[in-house]
Amino acid sequence: MSRYFTEDHEWIEVNGSVATVGITDYAQEQLGDVVFVEVPESGKELTKGDDAAVVESVKAASDVYAPVSGKVNGGNAALADDPSLINTDPEGEGWFFKLDLSDAGQLDGLMDDAAYKEFVASL
Amino acid sequence: MSDQNQLDDSPPQDQKLPLDSWHRRQGARMVSFAGYEMPIQYEGIMAEHVWTRENAGLFDVSHMGQVVFTGDSADKELEKILPGEIQKLGVNRIRYSLLLAQDGGILDDLMVTRRSDDIYAVVNGATKYDDLAYIIDNMPDSVTINLMDDHALLALQGPKAGAALASFIPEVDTLYFMMAGAFVLDGMDLWISRSGYTGEDGFEISVAAQDAEKLADILCGHEDVKPIGLGARDSLRLEAGLPLYGHDLTAEITPIQADLGFALNKRRRAEGGFAGAQRVLGEHKDGATMKRVGLFVEGRQPIREGAIIVDDAGKEIGQVTSGGFAPSLERPIAMAYVPSELSVEGTALTAQQRGKPFAVTVTKMPFVPHNYRRKPKA
Repeated sequence: MSRYFTEDHEWIEVNGSVATVGITDYAQEQLGDVVFVEVPESGKELTKGDDAAVVESVKAASDVYAPVSGKVNGGNAALADDPSLINTDPEGEGWFFKLDLSDAGQLDGLMDDAAYKEFVASL
Repeated sequence: MSDQNQLDDSPPQDQKLPLDSWHRRQGARMVSFAGYEMPIQYEGIMAEHVWTRENAGLFDVSHMGQVVFTGDSADKELEKILPGEIQKLGVNRIRYSLLLAQDGGILDDLMVTRRSDDIYAVVNGATKYDDLAYIIDNMPDSVTINLMDDHALLALQGPKAGAALASFIPEVDTLYFMMAGAFVLDGMDLWISRSGYTGEDGFEISVAAQDAEKLADILCGHEDVKPIGLGARDSLRLEAGLPLYGHDLTAEITPIQADLGFALNKRRRAEGGFAGAQRVLGEHKDGATMKRVGLFVEGRQPIREGAIIVDDAGKEIGQVTSGGFAPSLERPIAMAYVPSELSVEGTALTAQQRGKPFAVTVTKMPFVPHNYRRKPKA
């Protein structure tokens, strides 16, 4: 398994051809208290850059983009009851959705953990 | 991720407020607001909101304009642009009022206090320079107008605000809601108003800019007081059903549409003689075609400013002007303008945001009861 990061502060955990997508601790910190999350339906085809999920904090609504292309293979149902999982465990229990990767080559352009840490430090 | 609603819509050259470095030392996240760098939050909007409803929060509202009017006819002249009772306002008594354009549109909302030698007003930060230009245009030279830009303004709000402030200045116990007075704390001259914009008991404290840090440190030294950011200020005032200028009130909106008829005093209604009186008094008598209402939103997803109200055919019939998640109610709430015939409590409506429908119900405001310290009836 390997974990990748985007400049939009999303993480992608890849296990075989399945990618789990979430937002980083830095992102949840910027959002503040999350009160609502909408994840995509299973079976939905997403192209890299598409709006994939909605996350609403007390102060604002934000879109989560599909960081890579693929078909949605389940959203995190736990977020409907407890959207604050995004704040308490963003890089674990607070994952958003899983994707069956359609183009694993898209992962090549993403950052690894060390590169992402450096990116955040530069902000 | 991308923010769809950004607070940052002000000019690039932000000014710093007297407490700027104080906020940063408290760990505030600063954002651009009304032309100033201001603290949006310290530990988090939700926690700060709940703290203020249960204890006492200290808000820096120094971006607001503190204006002093001097001159014998200042009250009469102000009544030409405000629909409230200013002439018979008692000394050290406060009124909520509205600055009206000649067509009756609301240019700002403000607090007006008669003091023994002058009239003190607090206007919104984003509108203060436009307000001043309009006021100067409508005032004779015999009235002197001073913007107190050498003063900060701190609001202490919450059910424990009264006891907290009285622990430093026992005499503030003599103040009830909408009363004000001059006090001294440790050599600092303070003008203290028992008012605010959270729905809770509390104070707005005017202090010389050079004393602002000292005052903030003294107040936050009390165990029941924490600094609170703009984010919670917005969710608190929304729950209290209080309109926010630039969002729920604009120059296109009249006092009656905004459901602020209480700001029209009886004598002023009978006599008229204020900007926009014909239209405003006509609407007071016959009703306006649209009205500001509160909405409960079904589900957990908030609707926000910019969402629309639609009829069964999907046609736009109203606008959401404020909305968000209410931390004290743990549900989304909103304010909207709807046709008056649909403004009755309990009316089921449909809102639309980014193409998605939301079931909403017209609800009485305030959403959370006001908790003011009113003067007992004699």
